[in-house]
Amino acid sequence: MFDTALTTNDLIFLAKGAGMTLIVTAISVFFGTILGIIFGVIRYQIGPWWAAPLTFVLDIFRSIPLLIQLVLANAFVTTVLGFRVSGFAVACGVLSLYTAAYCAEIVRGGIEAVPQTLRRAARSLGMTWGQDMTSIVLPLATRVALPSWIGLALGVMKDSALVYIVQVVELLKSTQILITRLQEPLFLLMICGLFYFLISFPIARFGSYLEKRWSND
Amino acid sequence: MIEIENVRKSFGPLEVLKGINLTVAKGEVLTVIGGSGSGKSTLLTCINGLEPIDSGRILVDGIEVHARTTDLNKLRQKIGIVFQQWNAFPHLTVLENVMLAQVKVLKRSKAEAEAEAVRQLNHVGLGDKLKVYPSKLSGGQQQRMAIARALAMSPDYMLLDEVTSALDPQLVGEVLDTLRMLASEGMTMICVTHEMKFAREVSDRVAFFHKGVMAEIAPPEELFGAPKDPELQKFLAATH
Repeated sequence: MFDTALTTNDLIFLAKGAGMTLIVTAISVFFGTILGIIFGVIRYQIGPWWAAPLTFVLDIFRSIPLLIQLVLANAFVTTVLGFRVSGFAVACGVLSLYTAAYCAEIVRGGIEAVPQTLRRAARSLGMTWGQDMTSIVLPLATRVALPSWIGLALGVMKDSALVYIVQVVELLKSTQILITRLQEPLFLLMICGLFYFLISFPIARFGSYLEKRWSND
Repeated sequence: MIEIENVRKSFGPLEVLKGINLTVAKGEVLTVIGGSGSGKSTLLTCINGLEPIDSGRILVDGIEVHARTTDLNKLRQKIGIVFQQWNAFPHLTVLENVMLAQVKVLKRSKAEAEAEAVRQLNHVGLGDKLKVYPSKLSGGQQQRMAIARALAMSPDYMLLDEVTSALDPQLVGEVLDTLRMLASEGMTMICVTHEMKFAREVSDRVAFFHKGVMAEIAPPEELFGAPKDPELQKFLAATH
């Protein structure tokens, strides 16, 4: 009734692709978030006028399709600058900046959501700007920003499918390779989708777990 | 001692303090009354340096608040301030709210900070709410917690900015009782308030602010009994 040419080795091949997707996503979300926090705090701190150049650059990363960014960045780094870097490095670099551009907005929104009066109260207790930032603003802004950040992380994971353009064989590319060979597109795409789900689901659940844990206050 | 010398302060074109001169001695309880927009709350935020001033100077124990060389974070340890909005840190329990600045600013150990927090919270009648989050407290309880949080820093001065104005009427009493207790313990306080009965009861002196000017200052019997300033007479007639 059901017949497939898919072998265990093919499944392992797909799992390796999924592993690559996970690694690229993890690296990009990690560095993108750190950069995003830095950019977001700077944007909030110096005000919209002085931050205009930074905002402009981040807007570029947010508005140009990722596929184009990857191709152009790859060409720029390897051909124009002449560096011998792997597609993997280019992919992580571009995706990190792409993540940072979105994350900066999330961070800025989170900080803005912390009432000024609370920060005044913290400062009036003698706390420094840094202490206010780490003890009051960071925990409160994190609660506000978490759902958007989880959404961003999941989005980046799916967008990472585009890094095939710089010769990184991730989950979707692996699937395509198998489709070409086995000619069973629907079945393979279902398995591919299942892999994506298996990666995403824990992240989404972890997000709701944190939200629940923080809801006491 | 808090010395305020000819302090002026504007927000844009609006001058909210028009040359205030005022000295508050150690142990004194001064209440400040006046209509909204009279500049009384602004004065408090100027005293602990949250707001810059345009001219004049404010000295706290001889240290000029707005001097460039003054370490404001250090100075603020001496000056507790409680605002109209109680500003509980929502992600921390009542106990943690009162411990945080002790640990971060005064560098007390956790055990010391906790002992002091428990002591102050007992003092304001919140000894049974230590592990509770602020969202579970009433406004009056949150305000008392804010007072305990300020007191835990062992301040020499307490500035209280309309601390009962945002409370439901039935909750005002418990907070005023806490302030009465503080006054009776000899804490130096400047209270901006709309509670005339309270002002009459606890104050050593009462100051009346009107449109950025300190129109009258006198002991309560005198200020309430025989007001001289015509604006004050109008104000008292309206609030009684």
